Amino acid sequence: MTEETLSVSELQGKARCLRCHIIGMTATAGSGHPGGSLSAADIVAALYFRVLRHNPHNPQWEDRDRFVLSKGHAAPVLYAALAESGYFPRELLRSLRCCDSPLQGHPEMHHLPGVEASTGSLGQGLSIANGMALAGRLDGRGYSVYVLLGDGELDEGQVWEAAMAAAHYDLDHVTAILDRNRQQIDGWTEDVMSLEPLADKWRAFGWYVLETNGHNMEAILEALATARMVKGQPSIIIAHTTKGKGASFMEDNLRFHGNAPDREEMARGLGEVRTEERCKVCGVDYPGPC
Amino acid sequence: MTELVSIRDAYGRTILELGRENEDIVVLDADLSSSTKTTLFAAEFPERHFQMGIAEANMIGTAAGLASCGKIPFASTFAVFATCRTFDQLRMSVAYSNLNVKVVATHGGISVGEDGASHHAIEDIALTCALPNFTVIVVADATETEQAIRAAAEHRGPTYVRLTRPSVPIIYRERCDFVIGKAIRLREGKDATIVANGLMLSRALEAARLLATEGISTRILDMHTVKPLDKQAVQEAAADTGAIVTAEEHLLHGGLGSVVAQTVVEHRAVPMRFVAIRDQYARSGKPEELLELYGLTSQAIANAVRQVVSEK
Repeated sequence: MTEETLSVSELQGKARCLRCHIIGMTATAGSGHPGGSLSAADIVAALYFRVLRHNPHNPQWEDRDRFVLSKGHAAPVLYAALAESGYFPRELLRSLRCCDSPLQGHPEMHHLPGVEASTGSLGQGLSIANGMALAGRLDGRGYSVYVLLGDGELDEGQVWEAAMAAAHYDLDHVTAILDRNRQQIDGWTEDVMSLEPLADKWRAFGWYVLETNGHNMEAILEALATARMVKGQPSIIIAHTTKGKGASFMEDNLRFHGNAPDREEMARGLGEVRTEERCKVCGVDYPGPC
Repeated sequence: MTELVSIRDAYGRTILELGRENEDIVVLDADLSSSTKTTLFAAEFPERHFQMGIAEANMIGTAAGLASCGKIPFASTFAVFATCRTFDQLRMSVAYSNLNVKVVATHGGISVGEDGASHHAIEDIALTCALPNFTVIVVADATETEQAIRAAAEHRGPTYVRLTRPSVPIIYRERCDFVIGKAIRLREGKDATIVANGLMLSRALEAARLLATEGISTRILDMHTVKPLDKQAVQEAAADTGAIVTAEEHLLHGGLGSVVAQTVVEHRAVPMRFVAIRDQYARSGKPEELLELYGLTSQAIANAVRQVVSEK
């Protein structure tokens, strides 16, 4: 945990940092998933720079809160948060998806500090999170486990197996956050495989359900604080977001689910995100695609 | 009347003992605790036994989460459910993540019997051998089971142990020098080698006794660990005896026979035959009936040995 508590405005600044990194690293890699990473940037900033109890200098600290990126294709937002937290040098972000880089296309837990689970095949993260919470309970450790789910990911049956189990075992240390950006690869979620009424579904599965604007930092923080106080049942925060948030031409644009911006798009995107001088302090120069 | 011992009861007893010795041992089940015999553990350590219901994929993922936090999870269900419907979870959450999860699966093979093909596991060894980082073990009797479960608990890394449903003849009456990755030479011989494991080991011994009356001397290897295979034992068998027969309660494709054949061909090709199920699902029937029907018998092994010996 950072020594000082960041203000809302500072957290918003961190979210902008994450967005810069996402646009820069995917453009440089020439591939990746910018849309679903950008939609989660505010949530991940709130977690890594305010809410999570973690120690970048001791990634194995046994009492740390865990964060599982179940929607593993959003690896760029996780990598950006880990770099900004100090788990590894920011410059490493330029090596996303390179053959010899620990920044694999989807998170791999043993070669990059701070990655709690190897994900990428959707639907598996909540089960893993439940296991972590059960271990914590057995050991008498009070850590929380946060898991970020995608809405398309909810098509996977395993998510619902895990949801049942979390409620059955009263896993109140598990907080799921749903990145409800309303899109998946083949289109809007409600056209591909309708999910609504989602809040009702999670309640029916025994979860405490909160809904929030996934791009309003104050609202996100309030939801996370409320979730932390829930006892006897797991919580889910349905965060309403926009895929590609931050770069106007990426927003709600299906193309940027799994396609990286080209050089011109990278410049345009970075230009839109960097609205303040302080955004230029991270010093990472993304060369863009070859 | 051959004395039979229950492999599943051996697992149930051993996991309870292990649970008493090490508080990091936890057990998960998928509504089959009464069949997998984890009920003993559950009764004594209810807080460390996790009933996951009929949700095997979630069970494996949960075991992975537990393992990532230092626990030693033993996840049990029937072999077909432990591997077929969970394959991606085994692949991503356990194998790729190289987490210390033990999958102990009962009801391997077709000796499951009357439940029929949906409950038989004829491909679980092929599937688990196709997972990098996994250790794959098939046990033959109760004593070997006790040793194998202990070895699995001691071993760091993804592990699959296959148990049978029916009780089985005793192979190791007094002791079993079980070491992961080291085949046990059960019988000396110079004319051929039978490489077998699990239920087929007792059939191999019967075949060897029959062949001995015909003047054919057969070495028998208990290849309990299919992965990593004891390649040296196989190479020595090829060099010393010049003919090899494998026997397994599994499909021909991808199991013990396939793995042994790779080593034989790489090192010193000798005549080989494979006693295994030929690319088909079995059916409902009594275990002994099914083993007979699908060619998993001591006679089949003996015939195969006669064939390879004639080709030397």
